[in-house]
Amino acid sequence: MSTGATVITMKIDGKDFGGRADETILDVCRENKIHVPTLCFLEGLSGWGACRLCLVEVKGTNKLLPACVTKVAEGMEVTTHSPRLEKYRRMVVEMLFSERNHICSVCVSNGHCELQSLAVAMHITHINIPYRYPKLPFDASNDLFRLDHNRCVLCTRCVRVCDEIEGAHTWDVAGRGVESRVIVDLDQPWGDSQSCTSCGKCVSVCPTGALTRKGTGVAEMEKDDRFLPYLTRMRGSRT
Amino acid sequence: MTVDELQQIGEMEKASRRKCPNHLHVCVAAGCMSSQSEQVKEAMEGQVKTQGLEGKCKVKGVGCLGLCAAGPLVSAPERNFMYRGVTPADAAEIVAAAAEGKTVERLHCPMDVPFFRRQKRIVLENTGIVDPERIEEYIAADGYSALQKALSEMTGPEVIEQISRSGLRGRGGAGYPTGLKWSMVAKAGSSPKFVICNADEGDPGAFMDRSVLESDPHRVLEGMAVAGYAIGADRGYIYVRSEYPLAVQRLKIAIRQAEKLGLLGNGIFGTPFHFKIEIRLGAGAFVCGEETALIASIAGQRGQPRPRPPFPAESGLWGAPTLINNVETFANIPPILRNGGDWYAAIGTEKSKGTKTFALAGKVSNTGLIEVPMGITLREIIFDIGGGIPDGKKFKAVQTGGPSGGCIPEQFLDMPVDYDSLAKVGSIMGSGGMIIMDETSNMVDVARFFMEFCMTESCGKCVPCRVGTVQMHDLLKKIIGRQASERDVSLLEELCDMVKSSSLCGLGQSAPNPVLTTLRYFRNEYDVLLVREMEAVS
Repeated sequence: MSTGATVITMKIDGKDFGGRADETILDVCRENKIHVPTLCFLEGLSGWGACRLCLVEVKGTNKLLPACVTKVAEGMEVTTHSPRLEKYRRMVVEMLFSERNHICSVCVSNGHCELQSLAVAMHITHINIPYRYPKLPFDASNDLFRLDHNRCVLCTRCVRVCDEIEGAHTWDVAGRGVESRVIVDLDQPWGDSQSCTSCGKCVSVCPTGALTRKGTGVAEMEKDDRFLPYLTRMRGSRT
Repeated sequence: MTVDELQQIGEMEKASRRKCPNHLHVCVAAGCMSSQSEQVKEAMEGQVKTQGLEGKCKVKGVGCLGLCAAGPLVSAPERNFMYRGVTPADAAEIVAAAAEGKTVERLHCPMDVPFFRRQKRIVLENTGIVDPERIEEYIAADGYSALQKALSEMTGPEVIEQISRSGLRGRGGAGYPTGLKWSMVAKAGSSPKFVICNADEGDPGAFMDRSVLESDPHRVLEGMAVAGYAIGADRGYIYVRSEYPLAVQRLKIAIRQAEKLGLLGNGIFGTPFHFKIEIRLGAGAFVCGEETALIASIAGQRGQPRPRPPFPAESGLWGAPTLINNVETFANIPPILRNGGDWYAAIGTEKSKGTKTFALAGKVSNTGLIEVPMGITLREIIFDIGGGIPDGKKFKAVQTGGPSGGCIPEQFLDMPVDYDSLAKVGSIMGSGGMIIMDETSNMVDVARFFMEFCMTESCGKCVPCRVGTVQMHDLLKKIIGRQASERDVSLLEELCDMVKSSSLCGLGQSAPNPVLTTLRYFRNEYDVLLVREMEAVS
């Protein structure tokens, strides 16, 4: 299977690597086991570039670029880890913790949460940014699943998987700025949705305890999104 | 439409104008209309009829006459005279005097003052002179001759060559070289291509683009058509905010008139060039002024930016190569083509060519719309043209570039106004809003105001802007409430740095600018509000 894309060489953290011109910086990093933290990114979904955790330094531009959507180029020199990048990544995680009510100890996703894992990996034990403690609703109207806005990080994985893979486009985002939140159809209870197929893909790809299966207690909600790259590949091969 | 027909329309218009020796031009742009200029115009027209002065005096509506502070304005061009603060009750007296070739001294607005003398009008050359709702008047003022010249005498690359030579840089704020942008879109191989005019002017206190659209809409259409020809696009969109109903209405009239005369549409000037323009209305989101969010909005998507690259020149509207320029940039195109790129390049400074329009607002005597050559100093703009600070107050700072810009203190007033100098002091040229503040302004509160604006206008897509603007706003509120300590200011500075460096689009990347510049130049105003660590609210 040939994609016909040009092959390029580039430097990541001082070492030489090869890649294809249609790959992103993150693709090449992952192929070569170079760890770059991500949150909104999920293999199998379109790039979003919004969480800013995967920002990297690229020689020749003074702007930091998101590795998940930036295509590689011949001679590109990328730095994935620097004190400045580490600081900003830590602040992104702190900002997310401050934004909504992430109380790990009582969360069904405790121990299986990507936000929590990021914090652990960065040795975050407390945050320097004031907590906002917003009052947010909880939607348990669906027969099978729950939506807890308190745990949502607005990564829009649910929106993308529903639109791009399931094809239902049940999810979308309403409001703007810090008032943004994911909504079902035209902002109605999940249980009343006409478009939702209850396939559960959104729940599987949700990185936190925002979308969970009913019947799970604290720390019991384990998720598995490994089906996704396979599904994307198989759907792609049919078109 | 042929060249001869175009010239004929122009000649007929000029001849009909010569038939009447006295004209009265009533400003019917939004500024004066909000102080009843429409009624003034109606009263004057009524007086011409009741006094039986048809043929001796003609009343017409024109675009912005500039000195909005003194509105409603009426000008008598043959007498080189301007009236200020006109009410419908003054109509009879003014009309009677005009018919005899006289003026009413009581309402005189002197024109031999720096506000008018120091300006150089290129974008605004027809503003306040032509009736924005009549294409014939624009044609009589050499309108559409640049398009005709481009189509019949020049190739696309030759048009771009002239734009590049002119040194014109994008007037939307970032200052990207216009010729370079055009050549990039021209080079993009695929078709179709699109031309977009960004008329989503959203900076608080800015009204340059609105004034241009309300006063001389055809010049923007002509600039867009020239761009379409140069880059090989046959369709253009004007994205204008729906808060500008008058601009939208005049644009609609202008497009209809241009289509009727065959100046837009198929086979323009008998050449194979087609160009159509459609209007798209913004629904009131500041972020839609960001080009990728604007493009998403035109395509019917949620108005959110996406990471660049790819830039719109490569992949824009519906994935097609797209040229996107601001209103004022397009408005500069016709005169550049008429007079040549070198003519334009002779105006301004070495790196910033031509003129720039500014909207003067805030604590300045002459609030209004001005156009000045690049390189003029801030002091000349504020104190000569703007007439200084009213009520004997002292100047404190000038805010350029809206919520993305910075507050510039007195010590930099003699700095030339150009893209690079403004960037050096932590501000930006921006689209041209200029808010002047006097000694009574509290700079911490000014910073808080702009941060509140960015916070409510953040689209919420990327984390630094969505959460960072809220956190910064809360910290500023805490400082103003005398509940913050030195530590909070350090956190504020850290957040500024992080949000500036890691946000997805220009909104977040520039949101900290008002805070950073006020911290840099007015630190003492922060310091006096701080309390000791122990007293601070945690």
